[in-house]
Amino acid sequence: MARFAAWRLLQAGIAVFGVMTIVFVIMRFSGDPTLLLVPEGASREHVDALRRELGFDRPVIVQYGAYLADLLRLDFGNSVVQRVPAVDIVAGRIPYTLMLAGGALLIAFGVGVPVGVAMAVWRGRAAERLLAAFVLVGQSMPTFLSGILLILVFGVLLGWLPTSGTGGLSSLVLPSVALGAVSMSTFARMARIAVVDELGKDYVRAGRARGLSAGAVVMRHVLRNAAIPVVTIAALEVGNLLAGAVIVETVFAWPGIGQLAIQSIQSRDFLVVQVIVLFVSLVYVLMSLLADLAYAVLDPRIRLHGA
Amino acid sequence: MRALALQGVRGVRTIPAGILLVAVILSVIAAAALLAPLVAPADPSRQALLARLRPPGFANAAGQTFWFGTDDLGRDLLSRVIHGARASLLVALLSVSVSLTVGSMLGMLAAWFRGWVEVAIMRFVDIMLSIPAILLAVLTVAVLGPGFVKLVLVLGLTRWPRYTRVAYAQTLQVASLPFIKAAEIGGAGAGRILLRHVLPNIAGPLLVVATAEFGLMILFEAGLSFLGLGIQPPQPSWGSIMSAGRQYVERAWWITVFPGACLFLLVFSVNVLGDWLRDRLDPRSRSR
Repeated sequence: MARFAAWRLLQAGIAVFGVMTIVFVIMRFSGDPTLLLVPEGASREHVDALRRELGFDRPVIVQYGAYLADLLRLDFGNSVVQRVPAVDIVAGRIPYTLMLAGGALLIAFGVGVPVGVAMAVWRGRAAERLLAAFVLVGQSMPTFLSGILLILVFGVLLGWLPTSGTGGLSSLVLPSVALGAVSMSTFARMARIAVVDELGKDYVRAGRARGLSAGAVVMRHVLRNAAIPVVTIAALEVGNLLAGAVIVETVFAWPGIGQLAIQSIQSRDFLVVQVIVLFVSLVYVLMSLLADLAYAVLDPRIRLHGA
Repeated sequence: MRALALQGVRGVRTIPAGILLVAVILSVIAAAALLAPLVAPADPSRQALLARLRPPGFANAAGQTFWFGTDDLGRDLLSRVIHGARASLLVALLSVSVSLTVGSMLGMLAAWFRGWVEVAIMRFVDIMLSIPAILLAVLTVAVLGPGFVKLVLVLGLTRWPRYTRVAYAQTLQVASLPFIKAAEIGGAGAGRILLRHVLPNIAGPLLVVATAEFGLMILFEAGLSFLGLGIQPPQPSWGSIMSAGRQYVERAWWITVFPGACLFLLVFSVNVLGDWLRDRLDPRSRSR
């Protein structure tokens, strides 16, 4: 187990390093990264001064070394608009995005898993096809469309829920549903596959032969065994939800890091955008690391195979 | 021959009604996109400031009917939606082609040459997959600035790793088969073997990935345009039309709902078709 964990940790380290490198390269796609950080129509002197201040006049390889050294010291640079550390601006918004992602995960898990289990148990019946259509709708609905439709129906027509901003728990409902819909489909698919796999195993037939009802076998035995792959999916979905927040937060004016990313692009505050991309990718890498380790703890076969 | 013919007939008969329906939806949208200048009732960018935000079915004094209503600048929404289908399908088609080509090439090379080529490519794939694609696309488009070609390249070059994984695994399997060995002994070079012998045998699974990715690319293009980072106004795109209509959603729901409905129908049809294709090509997935 220790060997597997060490190997997986090393892989995660390489991934984080790779992500930092890719972000560095992308920031230089435009030729001169200084131009990304100044307002349009800035004077030449201003641009030159900033270039020197940020060290963009040095050779690229030196810049890359300095960039990595800064990141390792957790120095992410200052926002050129607000003149405060970029990481502080992002940190202030993170709780909002976590709340939204949490709500979305709750909805995705709470609806997706029962739907997936039902599809597996009712295989071949009309009910399965109905649920399959429901899952496909969730998967095909862009979050900005479902977001606007939810605002239109529950906010404007019915007036039940607030349409934007952060006014307590009720304002979290609509954005969570919009963001969670796509993940809901993923959970339903995964839960269905896991349960179908388990239903084909001998212990299910044995349980039925002993006189247990189909429902009892599923509730007591199948769900426990099917839970492992589904829980690991949950870990990976957290990363997708954080990324999906870019659009949902814009639609609902929710003040998380997704809205901040778009605002910062508009105000050309790219160091803030950089911090957000690095943060979400880091969460993504950590979550897949956690998922793999959890999987290995629960299922010894993976440890032996992976190391 | 007889068996083949019979199989062909059975194949036609077993296409479910649902698949035919989504095929019709896809054909209609594709035809609208292809023939946009011919079928659109009006010029999509002609403004009529006296006929702003008119509801669907509104007819002006000249007897022209606006079936989808007009937008905030009095432009014919139906014509804008028809022209928007163009942007949507073209961006998705081209970016899927880019990522399919790049991804399958790299995957085949990794599996064929093994060694350090394999390690380098597959590690790069792992790293690319640890940055959420939509965020990577948002960052890159923001740095490069908007534009049609840039959009296609950004989407194409952020989504290739999925194909690489599939092409890699499939090539590993195919490469050990006798006919590949035979070609190698016969003196064929790596390029010829991969393109002529391996590629046709791994095309099925790649096609399944490409279909799923096609739906996703449509959503990405619309999403980026919605955020103002994709197709730029006044050029119509479903995402940017919806973005502009969002602020009028209480007074003029049609500006967001019609392009949104088209977007949903298109992606839904592509996904249904993709699932069906996957089940047909891989019978195992049907039982799962």
